[in-house]
Amino acid sequence: MSLAFHITDVSLGHGDETVVRGLDLDIRPGEVLVVVGASGCGKSTLLRSLAGLLPVRGGALLADGAPITGPSPDRALVFQDDALLPWRSARHNVELPLAIRRVPRGERRRLADHWLGQVGLADHGDRRPGKLSGGMRQRVQLARTLAGEPKAILMDEPFGALDAQTRAAMQRLLVDVLRTTPATVVFITHDVDEALYLGDRVAVLGPDGVRTLIDVPEPRDPATRGTPVVRAAREEILRSLT
Amino acid sequence: MTTTLAAPSREARAGAGPKRQRGRRVNRWLIRAASLLTALLVWQWLTATDATVWIRFDRLPTPVEVAGQLGLLLRDPLYYLDIAQSLVRILTGFVLAAVAGIAAGIAVARSRLLSDLLQPLFEVVRPIPAIALVPVAILLFPENEQGIVFITFTAAFFPILVSTRHAVRALPTVWEDAVRTMGGGRGRVLLSVVLPGALPGVFGGLSVGMGVAWICVISAEMISGDYGVGYRTWHAYTIVDYPAVLVGMITIGVLGFATAGAVELLGRKVVGDR
Repeated sequence: MSLAFHITDVSLGHGDETVVRGLDLDIRPGEVLVVVGASGCGKSTLLRSLAGLLPVRGGALLADGAPITGPSPDRALVFQDDALLPWRSARHNVELPLAIRRVPRGERRRLADHWLGQVGLADHGDRRPGKLSGGMRQRVQLARTLAGEPKAILMDEPFGALDAQTRAAMQRLLVDVLRTTPATVVFITHDVDEALYLGDRVAVLGPDGVRTLIDVPEPRDPATRGTPVVRAAREEILRSLT
Repeated sequence: MTTTLAAPSREARAGAGPKRQRGRRVNRWLIRAASLLTALLVWQWLTATDATVWIRFDRLPTPVEVAGQLGLLLRDPLYYLDIAQSLVRILTGFVLAAVAGIAAGIAVARSRLLSDLLQPLFEVVRPIPAIALVPVAILLFPENEQGIVFITFTAAFFPILVSTRHAVRALPTVWEDAVRTMGGGRGRVLLSVVLPGALPGVFGGLSVGMGVAWICVISAEMISGDYGVGYRTWHAYTIVDYPAVLVGMITIGVLGFATAGAVELLGRKVVGDR
């Protein structure tokens, strides 16, 4: 139920431009791997390639040993904002992956309500995205992703457009929700504290591949924030970012 | 049409009470009625006094004469036959144009091959006014009726095509990416993203298309019809029955207004508030 990715000597880019060369990275099944890096370093490109939306320039990109050739419901992508269909209610948006998997109609509704409940929006199923706040929309998107029961969740700065307070709440919610799913998570951010709070491991991406790969001490435990080991990890990430 | 129905909601947001809102709405309708009535009165005055102020009103029928003629025609079954005939023509042409225009618009916007195949053809035919196709229609179609529908179709087709194409091209890619990473294929993307996403733009094209279709159906009827409002109006002109000409024009105006309103209402119902 959780996917492993093997990335060997991969080059990534869009248009005429190659942004990353010689990228090697193994993503373990069930872990939360956070990728950080300067803007334009190819984080989003990597994620789109893992989702199968963008072919790689060279090298091998494997999901559970099989080359990635196109999108698959096993690998769901969570976008920064505005990925919900604005003409559908929140519930109807969450039902979409279920409809694609041909889940019967009644069951679809029940499951959608279940997942909306999981993200704390049980009472907002009938609202359209335009009537929801940015944080609520991202929660609906999370519910929609989880409803598809993917083996890997690829998150592209999902909280990047939110204010600090909402962002902190969303991080806590994500940690809670991820406990209920075995899926592998690849999470992109440029917020080092977010990376250290959410990740099992943090990878710093540069033009020549992974610069640093750090095991987070005591992942997802808020009590460790500011302790010397976490501070040391933070220093190391910041050093390799510059 | 748009302002009538959009205005109350704006006031509702501002927090006006329902009673005051209704009062204001009645007020606005009164102003509109007064505007029409004033125009009629000025018309009556100019024509009844045979005013000639460089423009000559002495030969134009008075509204009273036109109303008399309208009263006469309203009891004439031929008048209704003409209206029915024009409506059948325009609706046939318009519905065919809507189906073909939306399909072609999506095809051209989504497929590079189809775009290269069809786009040059469309761009060459598009500038030709549909009414200039009358000779072609006469050559191509065995019956007058089909020719008129063809001209109406051509007139409505291009605005619908162009609006659909723009609307589909303007769709954000993130919706399609999301559906594809949920495992949705081409058909699912088309049904769940492209069609509903493009609808507001498509209805813009339908509104414009309906307007152009009326212009062309009337003109085509004037040239080569046996029945229809356009034919009847032109016929009245050739027998120097000016009140009947004006009744014809008013009939065209009312029919055009009603069909445009129907498209607008349908659009608001289908698109909803987003």
